[in-house]
Amino acid sequence: MLNKTLSLFSFFLLIAIWHGLAILINDNTLPTPVLVLQVLWQEIESGQLPYHLGITLLRLIISFSIAMILGCAIGITLGLNKKIDAFFDNWLVIFLNIPALVTIILCYVWFGLIESAAILAVVINKIPNVIVTLREGTRALDKDLLEMARSYHFTKQKTFFHVIWPQLHPFVMAATRSGLALIWKIILVVELLGRSDGMGYQLHLFFQLFDVASILAYTIAFIIVIQGIELLILKPLDKKALRWRR
Amino acid sequence: MTGMYINIKNKTYTTADSQKNTAISNLNLKLNKNQFVCLVGPSGCGKTTLLNIIANLDNDYEGEIRLDKPQFLPTIGYIFQNPRLLPWRTVRENIELVLNNHQSRKYIDSLLNSMQLTEHQHAYPEHLSLGMSRRVSIIRAFAINPDILLMDEPFVSLDPPTARQVRNSLLKLWQQRPHTILFVTHDLREAITLADRLIFLSTPPMSVISEIDVTIPRKERKNEDAIEDFRQQLLNEHPDIKTLL
Repeated sequence: MLNKTLSLFSFFLLIAIWHGLAILINDNTLPTPVLVLQVLWQEIESGQLPYHLGITLLRLIISFSIAMILGCAIGITLGLNKKIDAFFDNWLVIFLNIPALVTIILCYVWFGLIESAAILAVVINKIPNVIVTLREGTRALDKDLLEMARSYHFTKQKTFFHVIWPQLHPFVMAATRSGLALIWKIILVVELLGRSDGMGYQLHLFFQLFDVASILAYTIAFIIVIQGIELLILKPLDKKALRWRR
Repeated sequence: MTGMYINIKNKTYTTADSQKNTAISNLNLKLNKNQFVCLVGPSGCGKTTLLNIIANLDNDYEGEIRLDKPQFLPTIGYIFQNPRLLPWRTVRENIELVLNNHQSRKYIDSLLNSMQLTEHQHAYPEHLSLGMSRRVSIIRAFAINPDILLMDEPFVSLDPPTARQVRNSLLKLWQQRPHTILFVTHDLREAITLADRLIFLSTPPMSVISEIDVTIPRKERKNEDAIEDFRQQLLNEHPDIKTLL
């Protein structure tokens, strides 16, 4: 209870500091929270914000799903098979270290300023992280439980869903969380560089107009959506999967 | 519920410095139907290796494991040293999971009841004591009605009263549902308490030193003095066994 009060207090303190600074500076480059909220409301009412946010969200869902599915499959394969892992380890290191911006530029150069190039750039940026996380998870699988499954003649399907997957779950959740955080950021750059819609494109526009209030309004919408995903989707998933923990 | 012939001609293992050693050579065992057999041997003599071979977890050996009825793959109920329950499944779900088609609720109920686990059936393994987890793993093995039950020191690291309690529940369950059991231990008293027949094994390469029938009637097995007398007599008559323990 005390902690909740404390965190609520710290939240309002942040807003208060912002408000105080804005009044002190008294300049267009730092609007007050009130003004930002007004802009946010206007943008929602005009339909501009929901439209661009929706497009960005759609890109997020598509690229995130592709990256997670492929990354999990490849990560588990590498974790299970030492030879394949040894072969592809170098590739992984290289892909992990290519700067996001380089991947984005190359994708646009090679495939043109099209939607699939944008998605591909995000996927390529994210996949290596998923692979590495899931590879670690697969290496850490409990051999004793796998032996138990074998001695009791579990089918492959049963072994995967009842023995392997619950052990990988924390790793998948870690990859999901870091993945969402990463993809959000990359996707904006992708949009800024080569798309004519989405949050990144809008932010670019506001930047050229020096419209800080709109930039902050979009940022707030952004934070709310991310927190919404965490609270409404990820937390309940965690809770359901970990109910057996002491 | 059947007898089993075990013939292992050769089983080698590779050490960390890649030397090949023989773990088992020319081991012949015959397990009679519904007999409770205890394998007694020093730690590291390869008892777990032997159980893994019988359980088909280890195929890297020369020899033959055969049931005395024609069947392709024997059903094995393996009770490991650690209970190896799935922590994300409740007691009941752990048992249900090893059963292929959904057996009747009553069947699982009766098994749970026989091990006094009815009130813990919806608990997760992390909330159970070690003694309880061991009982669950025993039920899980009995539930599939296996041709043979393998037990790898399932009572090790339990305090003596709990170990005695779980041993008694095991015997009760086994008398209700007779099975062929191969039980590994290095505790001679435990072996005498449980077994119809004792098989003494030597250090690697593993071989059978002697086979002894336990002649104490089942009813008198709760009498610790009778167990102790038998043990003393055994050690006097077979001095070579003493070196194993």
